[in-house]
Amino acid sequence: MTQNSLGDSVVQKAVQAQQQNNGVAASTTQTQPLWLLAEITYRCPLHCAFCYNPTDYDKHTQNELTTEQWIKTLREARKLGAIQLGISGGEPLLRDDIEEIVVEAHKLGYYSNLITSGVGLTEKRIQAFKDGGLDHIQLSMHDITEEINNFITNTRTFELKKKVAAMIKSHGYPMVLNVVIHRYNIGHMKEILEMAEALGADFVELANTQYYGWSLVNRNQLMPTKEQIEEAERITNEFRARTESKMKIFFVVPDYFADRPKKCMNGWGEVFMIVTANGDVLPCHSARVLPNMQFPNVKDDDLGWSWKDSPAFNKYRGDSWMKEPCRTCPEKEKDLGGCRCQAFLLSGDAEAADPVCALSPHHHLIEKAIEDAQNPQLQAQPIIFRNDKNSKKIIEGELEARVSEFHALP
Amino acid sequence: MENSIQSADIYALAPHHRFQWEEAQQSYVILFPEGMVKLHGGAGEVLKRVNGKASVGDIVTELKAAFPDADDIENDIIGMFDLAVGKQWLRKV
Ligand code: SF4
Ligand code: SF4
Repeated sequence: MTQNSLGDSVVQKAVQAQQQNNGVAASTTQTQPLWLLAEITYRCPLHCAFCYNPTDYDKHTQNELTTEQWIKTLREARKLGAIQLGISGGEPLLRDDIEEIVVEAHKLGYYSNLITSGVGLTEKRIQAFKDGGLDHIQLSMHDITEEINNFITNTRTFELKKKVAAMIKSHGYPMVLNVVIHRYNIGHMKEILEMAEALGADFVELANTQYYGWSLVNRNQLMPTKEQIEEAERITNEFRARTESKMKIFFVVPDYFADRPKKCMNGWGEVFMIVTANGDVLPCHSARVLPNMQFPNVKDDDLGWSWKDSPAFNKYRGDSWMKEPCRTCPEKEKDLGGCRCQAFLLSGDAEAADPVCALSPHHHLIEKAIEDAQNPQLQAQPIIFRNDKNSKKIIEGELEARVSEFHALP
Repeated sequence: MENSIQSADIYALAPHHRFQWEEAQQSYVILFPEGMVKLHGGAGEVLKRVNGKASVGDIVTELKAAFPDADDIENDIIGMFDLAVGKQWLRKV
């Protein structure tokens, strides 16, 4: 699904507690997973160029967990402390057991969130979700203009999204819109915000593309310029200042244009537990790109062991794994050295500082990526849309030229 | 927001927010879209009593009775309301 379901702003909201005298606790290091993200299927009717699902997802469309396996996972995760449940994908609505999963989640006391492109949401299903106790629905909207929405998702879904937004609203759900920002829609910020307001959005997440999975393969096609991002942020701030509306807007700054990395997943194995369509248990969506790692799987391993004791979850917890410059860096608690997957994908060293950091010896890779994205020849390469055919091609090495600069298949 | 809390005001949890006891955390929490706040004992005691019927004054009286040894509890309670309203966890009814 779209990336910002995990965005930094979101994580901060969750774990940042207010250090106040009047009694709200400051929560710091967690020994419990607070968030269970169920990447319930990698199947998707959309073909977004910025999809951060693994490019080899086609391997995992035939071996999905059963309803019973999901329910068992939900129960066990809840015992470990998980309380927020994100049901995402792919497109979760392609499974016909989401209703059952929602009912179980509610019984267990999760605050549950369905993260959907909206394709497949009908009156009947949304009513069943409401009755079953689903707490909210996050809808991804790609752009205001039909041409661009359809181009970037490579489907004709814009009209449908408008309908779905109305449906979500009329069932009394908070309207949470997620808009992934990239070169093709960054020029339409004002229109996007106006549309969100017209739809009655309560929250809008403007998530600048982060480069993982398909978006990394399409980086030269998607990355806007720094000036475009600054302009987009300016328009967002102007909009915030101008409107009286209660719509909350989160603008997730893209890390390539920052000089310090993001605190990825709020720390490895700190608050997030991801269970993928085939049952792998991961500390972050793209963790499978990392070398020499064996991730637990709910079919074979106890979930408590997976979280607390598995070598994979312990590998990058805390900071003892760090190398210079992170090891002795005064800022290391702030970002924990950034993203392990990004470090490995770009530099080939999973323990290196995230190349986004200006102090990283690999920072030139980010500068080069920004430069490349402005190179007309590279820009002109075709977008590789996320679909089964392209996934198969990538697995078979047919698109080698587009992935060879990365140290693992994105 | 400062000092806007009146004794006669009645509050309820804001829409799409849920307040519940979390066994694993041994604390009360407020849940909302994509977020959660863990509440300290005192804050939990206040919010537990917010039900769309009891006024701020009622809650102060009740908590004074429940915690007779606590000093200056009223200011803490009002402060908690101030924060919760500011954060939009509560709405006025
Ligand atoms: S193709 Fe688009 S809608 Fe489908 S999972 Fe990827 S980003 Fe989400
Ligand atoms: S050197 Fe490492 S710890 Fe320091 S700011 Fe950069 S990434 Fe973070």
